[in-house]
Amino acid sequence: MKFKKILAVLMTAGLLLTSFAACGGGASNSSGEGEGEASTEAEAEAEVAETISVGLVTDVGGVNDQSFNQSAWEGLQRFRADTGSKVSYIESKDESGYAPNIETFIDQGTNLIWGVGFMLGDAFAQAGLDNPDQQFALVDYAYAPEDIPNKNVTGVVFATEECSFLVGYVAGKMSETGKVGHINGIASSTMETFAVGYYAGVLTANPDVQIMGQYSNSFSDPAAGKNIANQYYADGVDIIFSAAGATGNGAIEAAKEQGKWAIGVDMDQNYIAPDNVLTSALKRVDNALYDVSTKMLNGTFEGGGTEMYNLKNDGVGYATTGDHIPADILAEVEAVKNDIIAGNLKVPATAAELEAQFPGKYDMPPVEEQ
Amino acid sequence: MRQTAEGSLRARLRSVWNDTFLYTLLSILIGLLAGSVILLVTGFNPIEAYGTLFGGVLGTGKTRMYAVQYAAPIIFTGLSVTFAFKTGLFNIGAEGQYIMGGLAALVVSVLMPLPAGLHGAVAVLAGGLAGAVWGAVAGLLKAYKGIHEVIVTIMLNWIAFYFSNFIVMTPMFKKPNSTASVEVSETARIYTDAFKEHFGSVHIHWGMLLAPVAVAFCWVILNKTTLGFRLRAVGFNRNAAEYGGINVGRSISLSMGISGMLAGLGGAVQVLGVVGRITQLAAQEGYGFDGISVSMIGGINPIGALFAGLFYGGMKYGGSKLNIIGAPSELVNVIIGVIIYSIAIMGAFRALVFFFRAKKEGRPL
Repeated sequence: MKFKKILAVLMTAGLLLTSFAACGGGASNSSGEGEGEASTEAEAEAEVAETISVGLVTDVGGVNDQSFNQSAWEGLQRFRADTGSKVSYIESKDESGYAPNIETFIDQGTNLIWGVGFMLGDAFAQAGLDNPDQQFALVDYAYAPEDIPNKNVTGVVFATEECSFLVGYVAGKMSETGKVGHINGIASSTMETFAVGYYAGVLTANPDVQIMGQYSNSFSDPAAGKNIANQYYADGVDIIFSAAGATGNGAIEAAKEQGKWAIGVDMDQNYIAPDNVLTSALKRVDNALYDVSTKMLNGTFEGGGTEMYNLKNDGVGYATTGDHIPADILAEVEAVKNDIIAGNLKVPATAAELEAQFPGKYDMPPVEEQ
Repeated sequence: MRQTAEGSLRARLRSVWNDTFLYTLLSILIGLLAGSVILLVTGFNPIEAYGTLFGGVLGTGKTRMYAVQYAAPIIFTGLSVTFAFKTGLFNIGAEGQYIMGGLAALVVSVLMPLPAGLHGAVAVLAGGLAGAVWGAVAGLLKAYKGIHEVIVTIMLNWIAFYFSNFIVMTPMFKKPNSTASVEVSETARIYTDAFKEHFGSVHIHWGMLLAPVAVAFCWVILNKTTLGFRLRAVGFNRNAAEYGGINVGRSISLSMGISGMLAGLGGAVQVLGVVGRITQLAAQEGYGFDGISVSMIGGINPIGALFAGLFYGGMKYGGSKLNIIGAPSELVNVIIGVIIYSIAIMGAFRALVFFFRAKKEGRPL
C-alpha cells in the first residue's frame, strides 16, 4: 500500500517534470529575446546617462478603469517612452492590498512610488513614516506637513474648479432652455470644487441661467445618475455636467437616449456618446505623473510638499472632441481660460467664495467640516 | 508476482483517483499548466511569471507572512462553506456573513468603550455573532418555510452589502471628506507591531492564530460530537434523520448559524486586524466566494480548508506581483478556476467509474 503511494507520487512528479520541460522549450526562446531587449535597453540607458524606476499602486479601479488610474498609467508609459526609465504598476484588489503592494515596490528598490486616489492616503502616510529614505507621491491628496515628518510623501492635487468653470461657461453660453444641471458624487470639500467652479462658470457666462445641482451620494451607481438626469431633462434642463465617477455614465446614457447634452469629467468621455457629450472637464493626472517623475529624474524634485496642477501648468483643461462647441463660443472660452491663467479672473473654490460672488445662487447642501 | 505487474500498475493509477490529496495536487498541477499555456499565448515567459509569483510569496519571511495575512480571512470563509457543506447545506452567503461580521466588529469598536485587549475580543465575538445571526436567518427559512438556502443567502449577501454601505455613510460612522468609515478604535485593534523588524508592515494579528483554532473547532464538532453526528445525519438524509428522532429544523438552523459565525469571524478579524476601517464598496469584495473555492480545493474538509486557504492566499498575494513583469494578475483567477474545474471533473469521473464498474459486476448502485 505504501509502495503504491510512493509510486503515485513519483508519477505525479514525472508529470510535473515533463510539463516544466515543455515550458522550458518555449521559455528559452523568449528569454533569448529578452536578453536582446535588455542589451538595447542598456545602450539606451548609456545614452540617457541615468534612468529611474517608478512604480504605481492603483486603487481598486485598476489600470483599465477609464478614469484616473488609467490616466496615471498613461502618464507613466509616456514617461517611459521619453526617458527609457523603468515603470511598472500593481493593481490593488481591495483595501487590504494597499500596504503589501507599496511594500512590493519598496523591496524592488523603486525610486519613486506613486499612488492614485485619496483612499490610499493613510497607507501612504504610514509607508512614509516607516521608510524615511523612500520617496512617495499620491494623486488627489493634500497632506498636512505634520503627517509627513520625513518629508517623503508628496501630495498632488488639481484645481478642478478651473476646468469645471470652463465647462460651466460653455454650458451657460450654449443652454437654449436657460436651465442646466449638475450631478455630483459624494459630498466632500474636494468634490465641492467641481460644483462651485461649474456654478461660477455658468453664472459668469449668463447670470440668468437656472442651475439645478445635487449629490448622488455614490461614485459607482449609473442607475442613480440616469435617474437624476432624466428628472433634470424632464424639468427642461438641456445640459448636465456630472462629476460623480461611474454614476455620471448613467447621465451620459440618459443624454444619449433623450438627445440632450452631457458634459464628461476627468477623462475625455466623448467616446461614450460622440453626439451627446458636449465637452469634458479634464483632470490631467497623466501630465502630473509625467511632470513629477521627470523632476525626480532630473534631480529637481523636493519631496514632502503639495503640488498643485491647474490650467497654467496643463494639469486641468477641457475637451473639444466632436467639435460641438461653436467657434465664437470656443474663442470666448479660450479668452476666459487665458484670463484665469493670467490671474485676471479668480475662480471660486469654496461655497463661501461663490456666495460672495453670486449671492443666493448656490443650492447644493453644505459639506461637513473635517 | 509477474502476472500482477500490469494489474498493480492499474491499481496504483486508481489509487491516485481514490486519494483526495493526490488528485487535488494533480488538479493544482493542471491549473498551473493551463496558466502557463495562457502565459505563452499572451507572450509571457511562464518560468519567469511563476518565478515572480512563487518567489514573490516564498522569498522572504515578510512575504510569507503577507501570504498568511491574505489567507486568514479566506480560511474562515472556506471553513464556513465547508461546515455547511458537510451538513448538506450550500452556503453561498459567506460573503454577506463576512460583511456583517466586519460591520458588527466596527460598530462595537467605535461605540462600546472597553479596555484594550478585552475590547478587541468583544468586537471579534460580536462579529462572529452577527455572522451567526445572518447565517441562521437562512437556516430558519430553510428549516421552517422550505425556502432553499442558496436563494436566501444570495439575497442576504446583497442586503448585507447595501446595509454596510448605508451604515458606513451615516454621520455617526462616516469619516468626513471620505468614502470610508472612521478607523476602529485603538483599543479594539487586534494586531501587533512587535515583529516590525522581521516582517515590516505586515499586520500580525490574532486572527492568524484564531484560524487554526477554528479549524480544530470545526473538525471536533463534525467528527467527535453527537451534535456533529446529528448535523451530518440531516445532511445525508433528512427524512431518515427525522425518523431517527433528530430535530431536523433545529439542526439546519444551527448548522447555518455556525457556518455564518465562521464567516463573520473572518470579517471581524480582517477589519480589526488588517484594514482598520470599512469603505463604501462599489462591488462585493469576494471573500465569501473565495471561501467556496477554498472549500472545494480543500476537499470539503476543515483541515483541507486551512491548507487550501494558505495556498489561495499565497496565490492572491503573489498574483499582485505578476503586474510587475506586465502580466495580468487575473491569471491567478484563471488558475484557481481551472483547479476547481479539474477537481469537479475528477469527482464526476470517479462517479462514472463507480457506475460502470457496478454495472459490469451486476451490482445494484
